[in-house]
Amino acid sequence: MSVFVDIEKTLGSFHLKVRFEAGNETLALLGASGSGKSMTLKCIAGIEKPDRGRIVVDDVVLFDSEKHINLPPQQRHTGLMFQNYALFPNMTVLQNIRAGASREPDKRKREAAVTAIMDSFGLTPLAGHLPSQLSGGQQQRTALARILVSNPRILLLDEPFSALDNHLRFRLEQEVRRIIGEFGKTVLLVSHDRDEVFRLSDSIAIVDDGKIDAFGTKAEVFANPHTRKGAMLTGCKNISHLEMLEAGKAWATDWDMELEIPGLTPETGAVGIRMHDIRPGPGRNGFRCRVVEEIENPFSYTIMLQSVSSAAGSCPIGWEMEKAVWNRLRAPEIGVCLPPESLLLLKE
Amino acid sequence: MDWFPLYNSIRIAAISTVIIFFLGIFAAYYIAKTPRLVKGVLDVILTLPLVLPPTVVGYLLLRVLGPKRVIGAWFLRAFDLKLTMTWWSAIFATTVVIFPLMYRTARGAFESFDETLAYSAQSLGLSNTYIFWRIRMPYCRQGILAGTVLAFARALGEYGATSMICGYTPGRTATISTTVYQLWRTNDDAAAFRWVLVNLTISFVVLLAVNMLEKRSRKGGA
Repeated sequence: MSVFVDIEKTLGSFHLKVRFEAGNETLALLGASGSGKSMTLKCIAGIEKPDRGRIVVDDVVLFDSEKHINLPPQQRHTGLMFQNYALFPNMTVLQNIRAGASREPDKRKREAAVTAIMDSFGLTPLAGHLPSQLSGGQQQRTALARILVSNPRILLLDEPFSALDNHLRFRLEQEVRRIIGEFGKTVLLVSHDRDEVFRLSDSIAIVDDGKIDAFGTKAEVFANPHTRKGAMLTGCKNISHLEMLEAGKAWATDWDMELEIPGLTPETGAVGIRMHDIRPGPGRNGFRCRVVEEIENPFSYTIMLQSVSSAAGSCPIGWEMEKAVWNRLRAPEIGVCLPPESLLLLKE
Repeated sequence: MDWFPLYNSIRIAAISTVIIFFLGIFAAYYIAKTPRLVKGVLDVILTLPLVLPPTVVGYLLLRVLGPKRVIGAWFLRAFDLKLTMTWWSAIFATTVVIFPLMYRTARGAFESFDETLAYSAQSLGLSNTYIFWRIRMPYCRQGILAGTVLAFARALGEYGATSMICGYTPGRTATISTTVYQLWRTNDDAAAFRWVLVNLTISFVVLLAVNMLEKRSRKGGA
């Protein structure tokens, strides 16, 4: 176990209460803004002080409210990267990276580490540049180099790509994935972007309103996000409230559809289905549907469907498929099914 | 022409500006961290000299520093030192009057500081002293520089409180502003005008210097 976090903190009406552990892997905290994910990182870095709890990284206790341990941020060796990268604007790239190496007392070793990391990050030609003269990608690379040269025990990345243009994002994401791989220790990634999270992380914790709704490997969490918020965060766009009928059956009130749902429990309050999990043709949970709207995406169609038997004004379901598929199926009315095994059972 | 008033004014303004530079910055830095109520109260008290007439500041200073008052009497007894009517007495007056200028501009500058820079620096292991002098101060240098120059210029022109606490003794406590008044009062219009020109020149040079400094720091990339 390389990181263990169990903390509580109250800020006004907001209450943060999270508990998780992670090994030498990338754990993503997936949540909306204001969910408490950034606050969690700040508590680990020692910028915010939890009201209660315990934080351990690599067997070093950073915080323990019972034992009155609260290491200052300087002694925690956590590599915290903010979404704006927080490069010191009055210092050049070289000076910024030197500032990161300040813990090393031996000047020769320090300079060697700085030179080595600048070389491997391709920053040597930019040594004399100020952060304001760098592109977004170069800024991110400088920030990562500055953090890694400080020999952190854990990397804390707070929305690392949100300050970048879309086309840069993908390329830098690959770069970060490579860096994370070489780092080999725990990385905590805070993000609200499910695609980014899925590509970069091994495990995911869904954070909502100060608590963790779902936790597991990324496959587990995407297959079973547990809550309505979790389903939304993992990109499920079709969610309906449920009312229980007889065993194994429930009424999706928003869609006005009666569904056969295996594994229903009294806690299940909603159901979700991903847009690409809907299947054409008859089958279990089959419905005859009207095409309410046809939305063209760059490489796919999103078809908004309403069951012909459902009440007027009920919420349509989105079905996404490749253009060629819809070009073949296109009709004003179509039969589809919501395969029971694809349904997400959610708590409200 | 006797240049003593120029020399005296500049040394008074320079010394009080140095004092206020540190005092204002540390007050701004620490008060920004206090709870809201404390901050509100301290803010009012510390800004008061900005809106009080300088004569009121002078009066209040004489109430505490005068030879028969608490602090003044104690210094007289303990060190045989009179706190009023010397050239450096004016430093008390200018310091109090220019404090709010430095304090307020420094606070404004600190409030615009991006705290994530400090947080990042802390987790990189940099000491709080390093962060203050090498990151926070350079980041806020424009505001702090503006406050410093403004405070210096204001100290140079201080008249009311200064004239009350150190009077006007040619060659001893005379400053530019008290000299102008004295010369005008004694109908020496030509001499008064010369000092007015001196004062205008200094103010012009100071403001020019600020503008040039600002341009240079902008060119260097903020």
